[in-house]
Amino acid sequence: MAIFERSRAITAATTTAGLLLVWQLVVWVSAVPHYILPAPWDVLGAWWAHAGRLLDHAEVTIIEIVVGLILGLMLGVASALTLTYFRPVRRWMLPVLVVSQALPVFALAPLLVLWLGYGLASKIAMAVLIIYFPVTAACYDGLRHTPRGWLDLAATMDASAFAVLRHIRLPGALPALASGVRVATAVAPIGAVVGEWVGSSAGLGYLMLHANARMQVDLMFAALITLAVFAVTLYFAMDAALKRLLHWQADTTSPTSED
Amino acid sequence: MPPPTVTLSNASLRYGPRNLLDNFRLVLQGGKWTCLLGQSGVGKTSVLRVLAGLAGTGVTAETHCDDGLPLKGRIAYMAQQDMLLPWHSAVNNVTIGARLRQELHATDRKRGQELLADLGLGGHEDDLPATLSGGMRQRVALARTLFEAKPVVAMDEPFSALDAITRYQLQGLAAQRLQGSTVLLVTHDPMEALRLGHRIYVLSGLPAQLGAPLEPNQAPPRPHGDPQLMCLHAELWDQLAA
Repeated sequence: MAIFERSRAITAATTTAGLLLVWQLVVWVSAVPHYILPAPWDVLGAWWAHAGRLLDHAEVTIIEIVVGLILGLMLGVASALTLTYFRPVRRWMLPVLVVSQALPVFALAPLLVLWLGYGLASKIAMAVLIIYFPVTAACYDGLRHTPRGWLDLAATMDASAFAVLRHIRLPGALPALASGVRVATAVAPIGAVVGEWVGSSAGLGYLMLHANARMQVDLMFAALITLAVFAVTLYFAMDAALKRLLHWQADTTSPTSED
Repeated sequence: MPPPTVTLSNASLRYGPRNLLDNFRLVLQGGKWTCLLGQSGVGKTSVLRVLAGLAGTGVTAETHCDDGLPLKGRIAYMAQQDMLLPWHSAVNNVTIGARLRQELHATDRKRGQELLADLGLGGHEDDLPATLSGGMRQRVALARTLFEAKPVVAMDEPFSALDAITRYQLQGLAAQRLQGSTVLLVTHDPMEALRLGHRIYVLSGLPAQLGAPLEPNQAPPRPHGDPQLMCLHAELWDQLAA
């Protein structure tokens, strides 16, 4: 296992180094002006020069993403439970869900900023909106497909509806829910950054627009990379947490001994 | 209190235009194994499910116990699939009933471990189902059924997914551990019925009817290759194929 982890770390480092090398080569070979594509070295310099400012703005964006993710997850799971247990609600709620997904969040962003202001609230709402559907859909799917045999068994054991939910339906829905959570974690930053683009006075998205207007492309890249590092870290942290939670789920893509 | 004699009566089951069961009646003698044989689709699983309180749509039936108490809450159920919860260890699967009734005590875990050890799974208490073989998983399922300690047990082809040797061993274990319980065993294997049943019925026809019961002399579990069993086997075969 330790060897596996180490080889993964080496792979990640090699990929990063490779990408940086390609970037540097493109800059050298094409000789693009530095205000179109700065070299990795220049971006690093810009990052260092603006570190304090970058981190301040990053903090805002990170709060938007994390709070949006938590709220979106809670709302998604609550909606999935409601859909599962209240049949009449299902008829009315499913179309609303589909509409919430069919409307591009980007189109709603100006409205949300208008209603909720330039602060955190509108960005959190954007993040919630963008992750709500994948979480609800995945969790509802998982809750609906509990194997009949488990439910039969529970029925012969005099289990209450709540006990069935707590001990059978919810844990059984976890693998499906985990897929939804992974998607949500990957797209939550989109919501926050789009919200910042439409109207804000802080955050990495705001900083990028600001730097763009002043042709500070190296600062733009520095902000972009800060966002990417955080988004990737968040994704892998969530992935590791989910794997730990679902340790009982056999990964059939990895070699295993049968019987 | 001795296990009750259970009578299922007035059972009807409509499936589309077909009347699978009509005014059907089955008596399970108290403390004995009753085996129900029949071809696929004849309705034997429906009979078992009605008895276990798992009736689907289109089924009506009455159950009566000779001690006057209701059957509900006094019957344990074991199916062909082990239905182990993959996120629980073997022992937690055995004690899942207590957990579901929200009455799990510290002593339950110990009893679960004892049951597993008794069925030859000592040392596997904390293993996840995914790491166990098919035969071991079905042993855990049997331990879970025994943990319920119900006077009546309904088993729906519990051994049919196993290889011949494992099946033979598990039949023996089940017969010993459930001795004295009122058991309904639904199976499509005549030999299994002959090995385990005090009374063996063949279910056939539309609507389904019970044939004349067979009652082998020896006490179950009967050994393989017994001459009387071979004779009865041929008889059952004829009834089934008719």
